[in-house]
Amino acid sequence: MHAVRSDTVEKEGPASDGPHTVGPATDGSVIAIEHVFKRFGSNVVLNDFSLAVGKEENVVVLGKSGSGKSVLIKCIIGLLRAESGQISVPGQNIPDLNHDELDRIRAKVGFLFQSNALYDSMTVRKNLEFPLRRHWIDLSQEKIDSMVTEALGNVNLAHTVDMMPEELSGGMSKRVALARTLILKPDIILYDEPTTGLDPVTAKEISTLIVDIQRKFHTASIIISHDMHCVKLVSDRVALLDGGKRYWQGKYEEMEASNDQVLKQFFE
Amino acid sequence: MRLPSKFRQFLDETGGMALFTGRFFSQEFRPRFEFRELLMQCYIIGYNSLPLVGLTGFITGLVLTMQLRPALVVYGVQSQLPVMVGIAIVREIGPVITALIFAGKIGSSIGAELGSMKVTEQIDAMEVSGTNPFKYLVVTRVVAATLMLPILVVLSDTISLFGAYVGVNIRSVTSFSLFFRQIFASLAFGDVLPAVIKTFLFGFAIGMVGCYRGYNSRNGTRGVGRSANSAVVISSILVFIIDLMVVQVTALLGLN
Repeated sequence: MHAVRSDTVEKEGPASDGPHTVGPATDGSVIAIEHVFKRFGSNVVLNDFSLAVGKEENVVVLGKSGSGKSVLIKCIIGLLRAESGQISVPGQNIPDLNHDELDRIRAKVGFLFQSNALYDSMTVRKNLEFPLRRHWIDLSQEKIDSMVTEALGNVNLAHTVDMMPEELSGGMSKRVALARTLILKPDIILYDEPTTGLDPVTAKEISTLIVDIQRKFHTASIIISHDMHCVKLVSDRVALLDGGKRYWQGKYEEMEASNDQVLKQFFE
Repeated sequence: MRLPSKFRQFLDETGGMALFTGRFFSQEFRPRFEFRELLMQCYIIGYNSLPLVGLTGFITGLVLTMQLRPALVVYGVQSQLPVMVGIAIVREIGPVITALIFAGKIGSSIGAELGSMKVTEQIDAMEVSGTNPFKYLVVTRVVAATLMLPILVVLSDTISLFGAYVGVNIRSVTSFSLFFRQIFASLAFGDVLPAVIKTFLFGFAIGMVGCYRGYNSRNGTRGVGRSANSAVVISSILVFIIDLMVVQVTALLGLN
């Protein structure tokens, strides 16, 4: 597991936006989730859930289907509002932010959807340009082109730039979605089941890519998954979500060695 | 007292639509303005609807003339055919028929497009990338529909009158200049103004309903189909309700 540090990292970014600076949320973590409660009607999904993610740390949130993993990261990015509790990203409490403040945070937090959510009426190039043009309106076309090429190069898909999403395979779509997430040079990336629906070979490629991205861009990530091969490859730490609470957290190896029935069932 | 579920659903929908409309007005005048997307939507909604609107307008004018002629012949006032057709087209038939065609084509298209984007999480993807999807998707489409329908109605009315001219000349011979001189001489400001005002309202209602249904689409592909379908049904009904209200208001104001 990477050491949790409280210093700041400056990353290369477009001049108009200035350097990206990740400040610690609280106690040195870049994401601090404390006592979060969320329900839909009478169905309590998150019940006093807490989790902290350190700088350059990959935390996998593991749980059964319907346990509230996706709800958790949607609360972190502000797509869903937690009813109580604190979600500090980075250093600001998400449930308290208005739309404009959320937009500023979202420029620094990437989100990879389970369904990829590529804009199906736009080419790959337009998909990647879309967030750029909204956040950095002063960028020249040459700069945008080079950033698009660089982002696609990071996922080894530079040749797909003029293709439509429907022409891409599942793995390629995932990579393009990842490139779109990376193009704003986020400090934090939230992955919603990145390997679901992919064959084992492609799933391993995506898992490796997640690790490469963490090393290259020094990102902190929360990865939602129940694919244990992916969990083994990408996790610095694993947190198990069960009954709306954090049931357990620790390293993958500790989980594998555990005799706890709830943990063991993920390896069966 | 427990309200019947259908009535409760109706109240929910009406409340939801009112809030959605309020959100539109609160966001419309706030930067950032999506001019590029607005122009694109004007092109898609307006220019791409021209052939359909033109064709239906021409047929409407032609058929209306052919249907009216026998009744006028009975009373020996067939010479008033251009006047009757002109007033009917400009005041009522042109705006309402065009709005209904527009609701079918644009209302369903907006409902299906936004519904599909909703269920495939594309709207959420816009939101997490720091774009205001309401402004980008809803405001642009509603404004484009509001601006484009009046233009389409003017074009449709013009083509309808040409259709009517062809219809008149099937059974008799009337010169082009006489036909149009008769029409323009009979049209007053009070005929044109309410017709123009209501087309803006029709366009706004169609755009708003399409966006509301699509933006709030649920339950996967079936939900998308339902959104598109209900967008057409609700906006078509609203066209008639708005028509009725505008007629009443303009009558009260002495514009009829």
